[in-house]
This record gives sequence, structure tokens and C-alpha cells, in this order.
Amino acid sequence: MVLVLSLLSVTAVASEDNELIQTLAPELLSKSKPKRLMAIDEIAASSAPRKALWLQAMIDGDLYQLKKTDEIVLATRQGNTYSLTKASDGTGLDSVKKRALRKIKIDNAMRSYLRSLIGTLALQSDDTEERFQAVYSLLGKVDSDAVEPIRKLKSQEKSERVHEAMGLLISIHDLENGTAEQQADAFEFVSGRLDNDVLNSLRRLSETSADKQVVAQAVMLLDEAESRKRWYTYIETLFFGVSLGSVLVVAAIGLAITFGVMGVINMAHGELIMLGAYTTYFIQQLMPSAIDYSLILAVPAAFIVSGSVGVLIERTVIRHLYGRKLETLLATFGISLLLQQAVRTFISPQNVAVINPSWMTGSWVVNPALSLTLNRLVIIAFCLFVFAVLLFVLTRTRFGLQTRAVAQNRQMARAMGIRSARVDAMTFGLGSGVAGIAGVALSQLGNVGPNLGQSYIIDSFIVVVFGGVGSLWGTLVAGMSLGIGNKLLEPWAGAVLAKILLLVFIILFIQKRPSGLFPQRGRAVES
Amino acid sequence: MPTYPLIDRLLLIALVLLTITVPILNLGVNADHALYIETYNVTLLGKYLCFALLALSVDLVWGYLGILSLGHGAFFALGGYAMGMYLVRQIGDRGVYGNPDLPDFMVFLNWQEAPWFWTGMEHFPVALTAIVLAPGLLAFVFGWFAFRSRVNGVYLSIITQAMTFALMLAFFRNEMGFGGNNGLTDFKDIWGFSLQSNETRNALFVASGVALLLGYFICQKIVRSRAGLVAQAIRDAESRTRFIGFNVENYKLWFFTFSAILAGIAGALYVPQAGIINPSQMAPLGSIEVVVWVALGGRGSLYGPIIGALLVNYAKSWFTAAFPEYWLFALGALFVISTLYLPNGVMGLFNRKAA
Repeated sequence: MVLVLSLLSVTAVASEDNELIQTLAPELLSKSKPKRLMAIDEIAASSAPRKALWLQAMIDGDLYQLKKTDEIVLATRQGNTYSLTKASDGTGLDSVKKRALRKIKIDNAMRSYLRSLIGTLALQSDDTEERFQAVYSLLGKVDSDAVEPIRKLKSQEKSERVHEAMGLLISIHDLENGTAEQQADAFEFVSGRLDNDVLNSLRRLSETSADKQVVAQAVMLLDEAESRKRWYTYIETLFFGVSLGSVLVVAAIGLAITFGVMGVINMAHGELIMLGAYTTYFIQQLMPSAIDYSLILAVPAAFIVSGSVGVLIERTVIRHLYGRKLETLLATFGISLLLQQAVRTFISPQNVAVINPSWMTGSWVVNPALSLTLNRLVIIAFCLFVFAVLLFVLTRTRFGLQTRAVAQNRQMARAMGIRSARVDAMTFGLGSGVAGIAGVALSQLGNVGPNLGQSYIIDSFIVVVFGGVGSLWGTLVAGMSLGIGNKLLEPWAGAVLAKILLLVFIILFIQKRPSGLFPQRGRAVES
Repeated sequence: MPTYPLIDRLLLIALVLLTITVPILNLGVNADHALYIETYNVTLLGKYLCFALLALSVDLVWGYLGILSLGHGAFFALGGYAMGMYLVRQIGDRGVYGNPDLPDFMVFLNWQEAPWFWTGMEHFPVALTAIVLAPGLLAFVFGWFAFRSRVNGVYLSIITQAMTFALMLAFFRNEMGFGGNNGLTDFKDIWGFSLQSNETRNALFVASGVALLLGYFICQKIVRSRAGLVAQAIRDAESRTRFIGFNVENYKLWFFTFSAILAGIAGALYVPQAGIINPSQMAPLGSIEVVVWVALGGRGSLYGPIIGALLVNYAKSWFTAAFPEYWLFALGALFVISTLYLPNGVMGLFNRKAA
């Protein structure tokens, strides 16, 4: 009840504000220009919600008075008649002929005054973000009439961000149109800035200014900015490369265990990734109201799902094929087909929609020339995290020690009391589980569908082989260098050709160093 | 190395009979007769025979030399593309754009002239040379690098897969001049005979059968020769063979190259019957499927892969018609079962019973 009442009172106040245009009608239509300007000022200073609309209509010449009722109306011409809405609250009225209307006239001076008023309306908003956006939308677009009120606003501005942005807005104006003194201040303000509007303004200045000193200063600033921008482009390429590399490493690192440590050619690796991605999808379906937390839950869930499938595969198929690598390749490929078709038949042959949580969308704006998207940053961090955990598990835990012992010499490890069959199953489960985790990460980057695994399997193998089978560090270095290499080649070769070139490079590299970047040494190698 | 003279001879007789009787049952028998074979099925059988030849070529290097190639689809497709180029040139001005000098896709891309490798492709001898040379050269260069630096086993398999993948990506590009995504299609005639006519289709079927038989004989000669015995020695004990004094790399290189040419010829015979060649023929999946035909039939014998290819492809046609959903289930299960329980393939079963 109270709520309803308060709502009613709000609308009452608003409608009272909106009647302002009606009360000011005599002034707006008066012959005296000062009176009309005063009326406009009053509108601009009021808190009427529709005031921006009225001012804009006035500029466009769409504001009229209906002769019969003296109501102020917004009119749009439709053929011979004008369709009307009430200026005060927007209710529609019957269409009329032009004769029935009296136009609220403005001249050019008033028009430019109105323009600057509209621009500054948003600048006076109570919301800091809205003010900030308003300033940015005006960058490079204000003329001398509009810039003066902004100078005034700047001195009253409390938010540092908006203050700075206003400074930028004024400087861009002053660079070309300010007094000599203002221009000097502006030069000082914009030096070191990379905003496109600043650079455009400097460029115009260097071409049009008659003052040689000004031109020299502008050119100097431009050169400086260009070289810094080029530098930031390199950083950006590097960032793209590292993030692509992280994707490759995340996808390949599970394989680095099953293939690298155990020597199992697991062609179903891609499908284990796919299972992880589908797990993410189902977790999100289970908790639609808490998407932001779904990924955190999806990581262990995907590990368990893919890990158990992995253990199952190891126990039923791979166990019988140790020592017959090429046969394992074929059998696991068969399993990959089974898993793919299972997803197609039992879930859907179409892609499913996995949602990005809010903390992964958007980007981190370092400066106007460099912004890093958050989802890529998260992938990089996630990749390093998974890598560190795996490295720890394999080198610092009892389980890791047993894994490496069985991998190096099964007979000897068994003689020492290690249950090699159990270790095999656990290791394969670990590798598969990590593939599942990779699926969680990759579900955030691309389509999730039955074919997801196939698009990563070849890349994964190439990363592991390039890095050196059995070396986690090799996988990291290989993935990163392939990612960066790809992004360096892409600008002049195109995405597909870059990929082809890298494949050819890998084929040639394997000829030269058949055991990858970081080959295993020791007696175990000759098997 | 066990020999199966009986099965060997039976298969040969069956192949010869098939090659002779199928055209007779299509051309010489009334359409309402019980034994009549539809032209569609003749072409289907012809394609199977091409696949069998491809399987034979994979078996030659895998079963007798121990090289598991996951890239034979690339050689098959290269041979197919060479044939496709010849067939596209035969279209002349009957294409959609009616341009007598340029294939349709080049007109579509606004090209002024065909790239150099299209020169002379309208002459069959040139095309035939390309059918042999394109896969042969690729295999020779690839093998020369790979075997000399002693890339072995799984690594070799993976780089052959990388090779066919890279080639597929390259052929997908319009700039390559092979029709990009759509590949080459819309063929009209071969040697002046319409590809739509029953007679031509039967002739292509017979050609496929003859090619398979010839390939079979040549492979048999090879594996029974001294070189074939050396190859098997390399498969079973590479280092030992090298220490005895054989030049392992040369044997591998020539076997690999010959096998690629065989695959290319299979591709060239396949394309006029299928009516299209496009880059998806080079997809890594296709090459692995061939390996399954061989594994299922039984590698290390020459008739095993032929029977495997015919069986699996027949099953594929049947499944995709009757239960399209379940074909991949069946294929996946085939992979697993044949590796787990049939290390010597279907033919191994017969051998076990005989022994």
C-alpha cells in the first residue's frame, strides 16, 4: 500500500514538472528574444524528465502550439497533415492541418545555444558513470559555444575520472581553437596521451596551423604517440599469442600425461575435453540463477566426469594394449567415435549454448591503445594454475613418483611393491580429468558441440610432440611458442596460411629433432 | 610369414568373376530380371574397388614395412584432384558461365587465366602423369626427409596426419586454384564418353577391377621379392636389418612412394565414379578409416585389406541407409573390437582355425 502511494506521488511530481512547458508557453511564443532565451534556460535548469526531448524538438522545429487549445505539441509532418503528441506527457492527439498550428520559432544563434545546452544536460547528471560517458561522447565534437559551460562544470567536478576526461575534452578543443595560452596548456595536457581524438586533432593541427612552432610541437607529439602505439601493438600481439598458447597448453596438457608420461596414444583425448565442456553446460542448466559461480563448480565436476570415463577406458581397453602403441591409437580412435556419436544421439547433434559468467566478460583497459579482454586473461591464469598443480602432483607427491617409476621401468617398479595396474588407471584418470578441466575453459571460448574434440586433437598432439614427449615443461614452451608464432604470422599470412606454415614447420622440426624440444634422456628412451 | 594359398586364390577368382559378371548383369540382363544389377550399384561397387586398392596401398607400408601412415587420404585425394582437373577441362564451354578457357570457379573468382599447374591438363596423358607424379613426388619428398632423419613409429604417424591436415587446409583456400571449399565437380565426359551413360559407368567399374587386380599382382611380386623380404625384416627388427648392411632408408622411401602412387591411382579411378572431389577427402578421419579397413581385414596379407575394405564399406552403405544414427557406433566398436580381439584381422580367424 505504502509502495503504491509513493509511486503515485512520484508520478504526480513528474507530471507537475512536465506541465512546465505549458506554463512557459507565452514566453516561448513571445516576440522578445531575451524572454524566449530565459524560458529555454528555465527548461534546461528544471528537473522535467522530458526536457531533453523538448529542446531537441525545438532545434528540429517540431515544437508547435495548437491554436484551438493553446496546448504545446510535438508535431511530425505526414503528407498534408501533422500527427501530434502532447509535449507534456506524450499522449497522442488527432492529426491536424498546418493551419491549426503555431510554430515556436528559433533563430541560428538560439539553435547553437540549444545544442550546447543539450550536450551539457547529460554532463550535469547525478550519476558519475553517465557524466563520464557524456564527456567521452563529446570528445572532439564541441565548438566554442559549448566548451565554455564545460569549463565551468570542470571546476565544480568532484569525480577525478570525470575531471580528467573533461580536461581532455577541453584540451582537444583548445588545441585547435583556444587562445595561445590555452593552446600551450592543452599541449601540456595531451602530451603522452594516445586517444584517437587527440591524435586526430594533432594531425589536423600539424597540417593547418600557420604557427611553425605549434606545427613542430604537434608533429613531435604525434611521432612520439605513433611509436608508443606501435609498441603497444606488439604487446597486444604478444598477449593474443600467449592467450592462444594458453588454450593450446590447456588442451594439450592432459595429453602430455596420457601420451607423454604413459605412452598411450589417446585419440579420445579431444572427446574427454568435449565431455568437460558438456559438464559445464549441464552445471549451468542446473543452476541458472548462479551462472557466475557455475564455472567454479564445473571444474571439479568436469574432472570427475572425464576422469571416470578415462579410468573406464583404461580398465576396459587400453589395459590390454600396453606395448602396442599403434593399436592403442586405433582403439582410442574408435572410442572417440563412440563418445561423439553418444553425445549426438543422447544429447543433441546441435551445439549447446554455454554462458560466459559476468566476471569473464568485458576487458581491462590499460590505455586507449591497449585493452586486454578478461576472458583471455582468465584463460592465461587458468592455464598457469593447471600447469603448476600438475607439475606439483607429478614431481612432489608419492603418486607422481609412482607414476614416473612405472613409466620408466614397469618391472622394476612392480618389484619395489608398486601396484602398477592401479597406478596406470590412476594416471590415465588424471590425464583424462585434466582434459575435462580443459573442456571447462574451452567451453568459454568457442562452440560446444559433438565436434569440439576433433578441432583440438591434432593441435594437442602437435604441441606434445613438439615439446618433447614426457616433458610437462616442453608442453608449456611448445604451446606458448606455437601460439605466439601463429599470432605473429597471422597479420601478413592470414589465419589459415599461418596454421599451414606452422604445421609445415613442425613437420620439418620433427625431422631435425625427432624427440621434440625437451627430449627425454636415459635408458628408458629406447623402448 | 604364414601364407594362405587357398584364400589367396579364391579371392583372386572372386575378383575376376566380379569384374566380368557385374557389367554383364547390368548391360546384358533385362531390368525386370532377378539377377539384374542397377547402374547405381555398379558404380557403388566400383567405388568399393577403389577403396580396396587404397587399403592395399596402406597395407603395403603398414603390414609389410611397419609404417602406420595416417596420411594416405592425401595421396588418394591428390590422384583424385589430378583426374578431377582433367575432367573439369573436358567440360569445355558447357559450364555455368560458358567460358571455354576457364573452369567455372575461376570465372567466379574473376581470374583472367588458369594457374600454371592447369597447363595441359585437358590432355589425358598429361593428366595421367600428374596422377602418378603428384602423390609420388609428395611421398618421395616427405619420406626423404622423414626416413633419413629416422622419424619412427608414432611420431611418423602423427606427422603424416599433420601432413594431410595441412594439405586439407591449403586446398580449402580459394587461392590454391583447386576450387576451394567446393572442390571440382559437375563433370560431363571422359575420353569423349558421357559420364552419365551406363556403358561408361560399367567401363569405369571394369577399370577399377583391373587396376585392383594389377595392383594386387604387383604388390604380390614386390612382397615376395628380395626387397619385400627386406621390408619385412625392417618391420620386425629395424636396427638389426640396418646393422646387417641394408640401406633401410632407401627401402622405406621406395615402398612409401610406390604405395602413395597406388593410392593416387585409386583416387583417380574413384573421382569419375563419385562425380566430385573436394578437400574433405583429405580429412584426417578419412585416412584413419582406411587404417581400420586394413586392421579389420588383417594386415600383413594382401587379401586382408581388400576384404576389410569391401566389408566395412558395404556395412557403411547398409548402416547409413538403414540406421544412419548408428553407423559411427558401429565403426567405433569395429575399431575397438578389431584391435582388442582380432590382432590379425578377420583373416586371422581363418588362419587360427586352419592351424
